[in-house]
Amino acid sequence: MVESKQQWKAWLYLAPAIVLLLIFTVWPIINTVAMAFMEDYSGLAKIGGDASFHFGFGNFVKVAQNAEFKQALTNTIFLCLITVPVSTVLALLIAVALHAIKPLQKALQTIFFLPYVTNSIAIGMVFAAMFNVIGSVGTRRPLISSYGIVNDIIRFFGGNWVNWINSGSDYWANMFVLIVYIVWNALPFKILILLGGLTSINKQYYEAAKVDSTPRWRVLTRITVPLLSPMLAYVVITGFIAGFKEYTSIVGIFGESMGPVHEAHRLNTMVGLIYDSLASNNQGRASAAALILFGIILVVTLINLWVSKKRVHY
Amino acid sequence: MKIVLQNLTKIFPSRNKKSHEEVVAVNNFNFEIPDGKLIGLLGPSGCGKSTTLYMISGLQKPSSGKIFFGDDDVTELSTENRGIGLVFQNYALYPHLTVKQNILFPLQNLKGKDKLDKDTMLNRAYEAAKLVQIEQLLDRKPSELSGGQQQRVAIARALVKMPRVLLLDEPLSNLDARLRLQTREEIRRIQKETGITTVFVTHDQEEAMSISDMIVVMKTGIVQQIGKPQDVYDDPANLFVAKFLGTPPINVFSGRVKGGTLYIGGDAVMDIQTVADQEVTVGIRPEGFVLDDNGPLKCKPTNVEVMGRDVSIVSTHDASLNPLVRSIVNADSKIDIGSEYVRYAVKPHKIFIFSKETEERIYFEVK
Repeated sequence: MVESKQQWKAWLYLAPAIVLLLIFTVWPIINTVAMAFMEDYSGLAKIGGDASFHFGFGNFVKVAQNAEFKQALTNTIFLCLITVPVSTVLALLIAVALHAIKPLQKALQTIFFLPYVTNSIAIGMVFAAMFNVIGSVGTRRPLISSYGIVNDIIRFFGGNWVNWINSGSDYWANMFVLIVYIVWNALPFKILILLGGLTSINKQYYEAAKVDSTPRWRVLTRITVPLLSPMLAYVVITGFIAGFKEYTSIVGIFGESMGPVHEAHRLNTMVGLIYDSLASNNQGRASAAALILFGIILVVTLINLWVSKKRVHY
Repeated sequence: MKIVLQNLTKIFPSRNKKSHEEVVAVNNFNFEIPDGKLIGLLGPSGCGKSTTLYMISGLQKPSSGKIFFGDDDVTELSTENRGIGLVFQNYALYPHLTVKQNILFPLQNLKGKDKLDKDTMLNRAYEAAKLVQIEQLLDRKPSELSGGQQQRVAIARALVKMPRVLLLDEPLSNLDARLRLQTREEIRRIQKETGITTVFVTHDQEEAMSISDMIVVMKTGIVQQIGKPQDVYDDPANLFVAKFLGTPPINVFSGRVKGGTLYIGGDAVMDIQTVADQEVTVGIRPEGFVLDDNGPLKCKPTNVEVMGRDVSIVSTHDASLNPLVRSIVNADSKIDIGSEYVRYAVKPHKIFIFSKETEERIYFEVK
């Protein structure tokens, strides 16, 4: 325990961080919670002198009644449920493979890590270009100048081209592109964490497994995965949190319309809903949506922790 | 299952690419390990004993030479197919599995015609646990066990699949002194009960001497001597072996042979007619000294340590290559620490002479 005479020094050293946290984190959180319960509140109107509002649950009701709310929630949950398991399993397999090879390990590590340091809007635009079909898609007799790289590959192997993201495209085609993008974008962080975990596993467990003639698949499932379980739990929990905040990937590929031209807002997510409310100068509704999202993430994380308590071996 | 090591050599490439300096960890090791025996590989760190063990296990590939289990050449066989049991120095128990699951693990890997049903596996696991006396710990995790218990689990896991050969890497080094004594007896008992050819590695000569049927003394990758522990102790092939075995260690003197007499310093210790005149190194076991008022070897006493049954006399001698000369004599002997000299006669079979240059043993006959 520091002597009380010296304590002011401790506070002094902590002050810069605390002040910034208070201004930019703690106060906005309090403000968000307060605003969520302020009906008919508008920051703009307040500046104009009209500060009339009353407290209530109206914002939550309006968010829930919003025609897009159900779609946004479905999109978000669907993307989470698909991308988190897929990216985690892929990251595990890639990390194990990377850990096993000696030549080119560093080079491959770098390649796999590149998406992490690349701007996600930029990646989204590249993805859009890869899946974009240029021409009069959706018309009765489409004239097409380019099918995009992905369709070119499909056509090369004799398949039919797919309208991935353009006007008239199918919802599931859109979702497929998003899932590929999100999984690919989520891989580097997960690989990095799992690779770090793998290097910290004592090699003797693998030698012992070898002495006991353990098949490879069993080594992975019975030794590597349990010993890696703390890292896997971390990767899954942060993966779900990031998944519920999904937004930039959709903007990156489909632009702010959040969907193909004929069906704008079809691919909206919870975070997208918050931004939409802000754009229409409705801070109360945005705050309410943010709190709903917070509640969902909280519940999912608690479920994750509850599961990991049984499955994770520290 | 006998194990034959034929010209076994392991060369590690240099870490430093420029120097091209190779490390010969094991150099031309030849040995036939008889079936059902307990063999101790003994030597200081870096002598190649662990490398030899890992080559037998298949976790390391020999640079040249061959390994046979019985009549099968297993040199090219991978670890998985050798049918060995290996107990690691740190036991390498799977931390997330219970004791029972750890012991069952090797059995669950069996495939094809060796595949066992669940009850048989449980019975085998229980038998193995009983053999090492841990049957009441089966549902614990390794982290809930003491070092000695973990060690037993590791042995049970190695034994449960009934290996052709059992290998132990420094099996006692993580145990405290008391447990070490107890566990080495256990290892001896288990080995006797199962009759599995067992090779273990240790740097502790007492450990190796006490339980091995045969010991292999190694130094810098080269086998110095192989034999029954007592034979190696009584008849060391060279100075290194003589110095490495025995507690307290052997006393070493510089001496010379002249006109058929062995001199230590100015003291004419013994008549040895068969050795030509030369400078030699003389080793005398602590128990080789006999207090004798007319004895030829004169040492200056500094200290007497009473160890119950025996008494250890610490003294100095000008020709001694160790700082102190230590003898062990009967406690009944009367020692006057105040006197200027303590005089010893030397038991002829406890004195060894070695060439000063090669450090090889020079054999002599006592007249």
